[in-house]
Amino acid sequence: MSLEIELDLPNLSRRQWLKGAGAITGLALTIGVSGLVRAAVEEPKKFGGDAMPGGLKDDALVFVSIGTDGIVSIVAHRSEMGQGVRTSLPMVVADELEADWSKVRVVQAEGNEARYGNQNTDGSRSIRHSFEPMRRVGATARHMLETAAAAQWGVPVNEVEARHHEVINKRTGKKLGYGELATAAGKLAVPARESLHLKTPAQFRYIGKQNTRNIDGRKIVTGATHYGIDTQLDGMLHAVIARPPVFGGKVKSFDASTALKVPGVVKVLELKGSNLPPLFHPLGGIAVLATNTWSATKGREALKITWDHGPNASYNSPAFRKTLEAAARKPAKAVRNNGNASAVLAKAKQKFEAEYYQPHIAHSSMEPPAATVRIINGKCEAWACVQAPQATLETVAAHLGFKPEDVKINVTLLGGGFGRKSKPDFVAEAALLSQAIKGKPVKVTWTREDDIHHDYFHTVSLERIECALDEKGLPTAWLHRTTAPTIASTFVAGAKGGAPFELGMSAVNMPFNIPNVRVETPEVAAHTRIGWFRSVSNIPHAFAVQSFAAELAHRAKRDHKDYLLDLLGPARKINPDDISDSWNYGESPERYPLDIGRMRNVIELACKKAGWGRNLPKGHGLGLSLCYSFVTYVATVVEVVVADNGEISIPRVDLAVDCGPQVNPDRIRSQVEGACIMGASLALSGEITFKNGVAEQSNFHQYEVLRINEAPRDIQVHIVEHGLDVPLGGIGEPATPTIAPALCNAIFAATGKRIRTLPIRDQLSKA
Amino acid sequence: MVSLNINGKDRQLDVPGEMPILWALRDIEHLTGTKFGCGMALCGACTIHLDGEPVRSCVTPVSAAAGKKITTVEQISADPVGKAVQKAWLDLGVAQCGYCQAGQVMSATALLKATPNPSDEEIDEAMSGNICRCGTYPRIRAAIKQAATGAEK
Ligand code: FES
Ligand code: FES
Repeated sequence: MSLEIELDLPNLSRRQWLKGAGAITGLALTIGVSGLVRAAVEEPKKFGGDAMPGGLKDDALVFVSIGTDGIVSIVAHRSEMGQGVRTSLPMVVADELEADWSKVRVVQAEGNEARYGNQNTDGSRSIRHSFEPMRRVGATARHMLETAAAAQWGVPVNEVEARHHEVINKRTGKKLGYGELATAAGKLAVPARESLHLKTPAQFRYIGKQNTRNIDGRKIVTGATHYGIDTQLDGMLHAVIARPPVFGGKVKSFDASTALKVPGVVKVLELKGSNLPPLFHPLGGIAVLATNTWSATKGREALKITWDHGPNASYNSPAFRKTLEAAARKPAKAVRNNGNASAVLAKAKQKFEAEYYQPHIAHSSMEPPAATVRIINGKCEAWACVQAPQATLETVAAHLGFKPEDVKINVTLLGGGFGRKSKPDFVAEAALLSQAIKGKPVKVTWTREDDIHHDYFHTVSLERIECALDEKGLPTAWLHRTTAPTIASTFVAGAKGGAPFELGMSAVNMPFNIPNVRVETPEVAAHTRIGWFRSVSNIPHAFAVQSFAAELAHRAKRDHKDYLLDLLGPARKINPDDISDSWNYGESPERYPLDIGRMRNVIELACKKAGWGRNLPKGHGLGLSLCYSFVTYVATVVEVVVADNGEISIPRVDLAVDCGPQVNPDRIRSQVEGACIMGASLALSGEITFKNGVAEQSNFHQYEVLRINEAPRDIQVHIVEHGLDVPLGGIGEPATPTIAPALCNAIFAATGKRIRTLPIRDQLSKA
Repeated sequence: MVSLNINGKDRQLDVPGEMPILWALRDIEHLTGTKFGCGMALCGACTIHLDGEPVRSCVTPVSAAAGKKITTVEQISADPVGKAVQKAWLDLGVAQCGYCQAGQVMSATALLKATPNPSDEEIDEAMSGNICRCGTYPRIRAAIKQAATGAEK
């Protein structure tokens, strides 16, 4: 049975494409630097999607094709990893196009940013950046269909109207289906962008509505989907790789003789590692190639390898916590300095300080990294579950020594990503192995142990906050030292100290109305690969800042909600530049100021819906938190129950979300529900520890993630309504960082026990 | 050679008896609906039915399936309960990335076949072996309840 790649590709020969040039012009040739870093570092003048590599594209000829059978094919240029983007973006096109969703097919774009614009699916950016271009794509195609119909009837174009997959002659009531118009429309010139009439919100058929079914839903429940791990090519070998257990280590010697005797094992190959910085390079190691995954795994178990563990073999988490603490207790480089916090603190009568610890965490998407590559006649083709197809293409090309135009990256579905699959090291592994066996197809599958041991981990951090307080218990000075190995170390060898995009996630842009604010970033080295994880630096920063605010409220003997509103001060808009936030999630400071009014509003909404202040039975507690993350405002109230034995359950969570206007409301809710559960998972049990440079956890028995019986039982998502005059916010990430502080604040309310070290695990039973 | 009955078809597989059913399905039979998530019976992504009973195929050798009927997600709609589960999953938009959902659907179907109207505790019991990293648990619970009432009619 040949299961050659079934990616919903339409039958091209049957289609009349709304076709034009769409030529592929020169590809950008930058290797392996994420959009996150590039956008932050290189192009400070442009904002939003325009600042991203590849920019934004709205060429209808690239994104839409219509068959004579009326089937509309729409390209999804972003990677689907559970956020619903393969539904939501084509849905935007379909709406403006007045297409019938049941006649829409979605075609997944290969990696090609010159053609599709930026495809890097992270940073909660897809809808935020592509909503307007996709509207224009749909409107362009609608205009072309209307023009074709008007010509056919010999009437002015304003006498016809596209409506639900037909163009109607408003005078005669005659109708022409999209399929009947496709050929003629495809021959027309593309109308100028300025001539387009976008729909008014009242005319939306799908945008902002609940009625659009997930394009992949049926395939998912019938097992007919194609993820990165599912690719099958004729003659393909299955590879499993033994990678250096310690980051920076390498193979000293190995003996493959036993491995080669395992039935099904075909070959054992050494894969060279790369020098620092890690970028998206393979880690190196010994690869076992077999006729099936199980044999490859058995073969790997039979390898005898002596490792040189390299410079990180003394990386131990308890000792590193001490390193972080020591660094956080010493003055360091200021990255925000409003007023004179140091002087006020030096003279303060009343002070309060606290330290919060967030360990490393692993992404552990349910689908581990997996990729298949073959090379035919000097052309490389890959199928992979990648968030960043263009970076994948560049990485693979560089490792093979190929020109980018000789590499094709087919993007499969992603069985979760959360930031891990932005890093295509696993695709480069498959490419190198295929190249080593004359281009034969190779699938590299990471086992769960590989995934947890060799993640690009969320960083470990120690957040220290110190305050001077007035007689009312409100801060007059705020000093925050955010101390963590930086993501920048993945791109620049030896990089230390927070990068602007890390600091701009709830550290420098801490929104409280305090006259003297100083934020410092002590320098500590990374000893493993550091990557971005859903909501990134907001996770430790919001944990610290929002816990600290609750601690201050308690000391002032105030209600946490009232105190938090006082901390924020009156509704106003803050220019991020004024608080040393040069990043602002890549968005314009004018269009996306820090809006204290919206913060206050989500707090009020979450508290109202949760019944803040209500009487609770013994052992119950309500906890509140707020986070501005990926230009979206989220306030969360967690209700916790702490049993006498310290066992924690979460009967209810209320999340108030202000993400600007809603494009696909059901997927907004599902992202917030999922972020809530992931946030609870991280808070309760998420921790990777290192011993002698090796991650101590290997699979879900040690790296525990939340299960249905432990998950918050009732998750209520309350979304603030907005029109299109308000700019769009992100939604995949923003709710995640609110959970740990809200939960810990709830635990304090229930028990009087303050948690400053995550995960919570059994800290309450010890107490 | 191992003889297996997979989704109603008799198959002869040239694999060692200790190969887990998961890899026989995925790599030999190219039935990739059944997913790999952990390989240690910890996550439920690989759940199949063996004579109607849910088992973790990543730790169940093909030899254990001799003379029994293997049902995978690709075939579960042939079962009215499986079909009701799939419908509820679609109606409530349960899936996010979808990767765990084959296992969830198989576990939920087995639960509802044995317990047509499960309590929350029974849902926890039957479903806590299935991890969803995307966090679709509230909708899974709701969909099981909806499929239960749907199946009654
Ligand atoms: S893969 Fe079998 S239970 Fe996880
Ligand atoms: S839907 Fe993604 S793991 Fe469950």
